[in-house]
Amino acid sequence: MRERKTLTFLLMDPPYESARTTTAFRVLQVAAQRGYDIKVFAYEGAVALSFAQQTAHANAVHGRDAETEHHPLPKDWIAALMRDATANGGRIDWVNCGLCVDERGVGAAIEGVRRGSPADFWKLATDSDNTLVIPTRG
Amino acid sequence: MKALQIIETAYRATIEEQDDTVVWFTHAMRGAGAELAVVLRAGAVNYALPGQDASGLAFGDWRQTQPPRIAGDVAALLGRGVPVYVVTEDLRIRGLAEAPLVDGVKCISDEQLPKLVEEYDHVWSW
Repeated sequence: MRERKTLTFLLMDPPYESARTTTAFRVLQVAAQRGYDIKVFAYEGAVALSFAQQTAHANAVHGRDAETEHHPLPKDWIAALMRDATANGGRIDWVNCGLCVDERGVGAAIEGVRRGSPADFWKLATDSDNTLVIPTRG
Repeated sequence: MKALQIIETAYRATIEEQDDTVVWFTHAMRGAGAELAVVLRAGAVNYALPGQDASGLAFGDWRQTQPPRIAGDVAALLGRGVPVYVVTEDLRIRGLAEAPLVDGVKCISDEQLPKLVEEYDHVWSW
């Protein structure tokens, strides 16, 4: 039986600004499919990734209505990854930096997301097999 | 557990945040008992220079009364027992080789950096 790893990720980029976000989610997906115990600390703009009021839109340039366009919403990615992790025997503990949430007014997060502080990140990292920080650049 | 914070992205939203977010994060973790050190490299070497003044921001009748004081935040890290290093080569290529540094900041060369990295369980590059 494979040992269940515990991995911590720190994300920092806000949604829709960097390909790093999609790449990070691809890595999370692999960890979820392996049933790992996944910890995510969302710092700065990344706290908006789980904002519950994200709304998909139509795209006139593409000539598609909102339903057909099926615009990606990071909150849906997170929810899907959480379901995937659970289905594979793991889980995702998603922690938003509370002060970062407050200064951006994105307190309405999807279910399963909790508030925390850098002290929580330190504890998550201490309790994990490894930790990857993916900061904002530039 | 010991972690090394390598900061190279500098002055990212420091006016809005009133600090550097990674320096702040380091302070907060240190407050929770974390054992940390900081390496300032690339543009972030400027954080080690005293005398910076980011005051004076105003929009209409709004005035920023508490500008970022990053060199002071670096000094405070040192005061809390967090070693702070600055990469010598990155100072030199910016014409800052002879610039005064915040008291207690140590210079480290690119060549010495891998040895420092080996002393830590985690290395987080920002």
